[in-house]
Amino acid sequence: MSLSQAYCSNAGITYRFKLNKGAKSEVRDGKLKLFEYEAKMLLQKHGVEIPKGVLVRKGEDPIAKMKEVGLQPPVVVKAQVLVAGRGKAGGIKMAKTWDDVKRLVVELFEKSIKGIKPKLLLIEEAIPHKVELYVGIVIDRSERKPVILASRYGGMDIEEIAREKPESIVRVHVDPFIGLKGYQARLIGKKIGLTGKALSSFAKFLSALYQVFMEYDGDLAESNPLALVGDKVIPLDARLIVDDNALYRHPELAGERLEESGEYTEWEVKARRMGLAFVELDGDIGIIGNGAGLTMTTMDLVYEYGGRPANFLDIGGGASAELVKKAVSFLIEFPKTKKIFMNIFGGITRCDEVAKGIVSALEELGELPKPLVVRLAGTNEEEGREILRKAGIEAFVDPIEAVKRLMEL
Amino acid sequence: MMAVLLDENSRVIVQGITGREGSFHTKLMLEYGTKIVAGVTPGKGGREVHGVPVYDTMEEAVSEHPDANTSIIFVPARFAPDAVYEAIDAGMKLVVVITEHIPVHETLKFVNYAKQKGTTIIGPNCPGIISPGKSKVGIMPGHVFKPGKIGIVSRSGTLTYEIGYALSKRGYGQSTVIGIGGDPVVGLTFTEALKLFQEDPETEAVVLVGEIGGDMEERAAQMIKKGEFTKPVVAFIAGRTAPPGKRMGHAGAIIMMGTGTYEGKVKALEDAGVSVAKTPFEIPDLIEKALKR
Repeated sequence: MSLSQAYCSNAGITYRFKLNKGAKSEVRDGKLKLFEYEAKMLLQKHGVEIPKGVLVRKGEDPIAKMKEVGLQPPVVVKAQVLVAGRGKAGGIKMAKTWDDVKRLVVELFEKSIKGIKPKLLLIEEAIPHKVELYVGIVIDRSERKPVILASRYGGMDIEEIAREKPESIVRVHVDPFIGLKGYQARLIGKKIGLTGKALSSFAKFLSALYQVFMEYDGDLAESNPLALVGDKVIPLDARLIVDDNALYRHPELAGERLEESGEYTEWEVKARRMGLAFVELDGDIGIIGNGAGLTMTTMDLVYEYGGRPANFLDIGGGASAELVKKAVSFLIEFPKTKKIFMNIFGGITRCDEVAKGIVSALEELGELPKPLVVRLAGTNEEEGREILRKAGIEAFVDPIEAVKRLMEL
Repeated sequence: MMAVLLDENSRVIVQGITGREGSFHTKLMLEYGTKIVAGVTPGKGGREVHGVPVYDTMEEAVSEHPDANTSIIFVPARFAPDAVYEAIDAGMKLVVVITEHIPVHETLKFVNYAKQKGTTIIGPNCPGIISPGKSKVGIMPGHVFKPGKIGIVSRSGTLTYEIGYALSKRGYGQSTVIGIGGDPVVGLTFTEALKLFQEDPETEAVVLVGEIGGDMEERAAQMIKKGEFTKPVVAFIAGRTAPPGKRMGHAGAIIMMGTGTYEGKVKALEDAGVSVAKTPFEIPDLIEKALKR
């Protein structure tokens, strides 16, 4: 195992599993990603100088908006999309003239960047610079501490650099009770080759980044590139990912970002609004499970027996009959599903609650428009199976028998 | 006979005992034989829940029941961190945090605090711990687990029940089953659990149940490879067919460097001589083989 592997966290790696509700591990998407412009605004609130810029929506006149804030070419036009490698995918363009601005704005709104069409563009003053630094903060899961990562060689190839020259990445852990001390910030700056005023500018920036990371329950806070301009640092890009579980204390971050992000399909947005942990996949068998591990294993099992899951839907722990009803009705409505497999092993989830939820979903529908196979085991399983039996639904104890039955239908 | 972290001598306090889940699972734990000596819910002191006396504070509960050494927390996410500190300060040796949706920054802090104070935290967002036939401090259905010699340590709740059930059916009982929880930061990790199982004479083999994401499985593999864990290990990793999705930010990628994927975890474990099951239902066969070796 390399040195870099010894320092591990998964922040920033978001497998598209486990949404907010019932999310169990970070193998999930239970994270709120902020747009570049939002992250920069938060840094500015903490005293960081950011490039002058203006936001443009589709249909708005970019020239007028630029003139309003006294911005003129050369500028950088940046698609506000929440994907990694945005620059390499052509989401960032330099505009040297007003004509360039007009043309590039139209072009970028039409461009699909790693599958996502931007709904917002950020136009920023172009800042000439020679040195691009990297600095980021994530939670090191194994050390159970925030860790600062910094490099002299920031920019688009930072991941390659980390792979090829891991020793060039400076790593410093922070005690969550004591916080980032000034000397640590200076030490990190020194290690990536900064001196004099540039060193204090970097230390000030890093302290602000750490404050934002802590104040907003950051899963990741990052600037790449962090430009060295003369003797000060300016974040040309900024990212902040916030822990979904902490959103109750950051109401200002909620809002209509689900659709704006362009990250979710229509049905995923719908599900999230209903509080369901749902991910759309490309098969035709609807999957409901309780707990991400079991739900993923249920998908694996369906694959194993020749089927293809249409989705991942985790009802989490301790689901009420109401939530189960919502989940079942949702999958019946979801056009991709031809049949539905529900795999429940109750712990804190009670099988009788699950059964009641299924029955009430069916009562509302009159009859079942799509075949449903239920596997029910664990807490209150007898009661649950009895409720289903009375409603004429067969419930399996053995998951293999259940999946075999599913594939026969 | 021994077990890990929890046995018939454990004396338990339930924090959040008057809530829906707290009271329901207190009943199930009592039925299982767990020695619950007290419950705590602020403002509800003086009542009884299933015959268990309720106190307003941990301090009162401990002064009335000085033998208490373990607590289980069913307090809602916003108040759970406070309950954890209260349990640590009251001198609990083991604190099981069932609550899900606790902000990671909160967990970071109480886990670091617990370490300083010598308290073991299991969870958060976990099913708890059971030493079959002795005691259960958790929400798992007790009847699927049987006393025996297999240790289970798992990141997933429901999968643990599935695997316990499959093992019990084949006659492989369990010494202790620990659901460490699925949150990014947890109090007890795979390597720490393996250390405990290594020292437990009752445990003959361990089933390790992982999930994609993080590097806990890789670290366990490294420990086994180094010879720091010498008993047979069988593993299962959930998420074989889960497509990794979009990610953003470089910091995660920089420190991950190839760990976290299904393939990466399986390779690390196999390199360390661990048999990795494709489905949870293969585990009993693999345990049988591993014990024969």
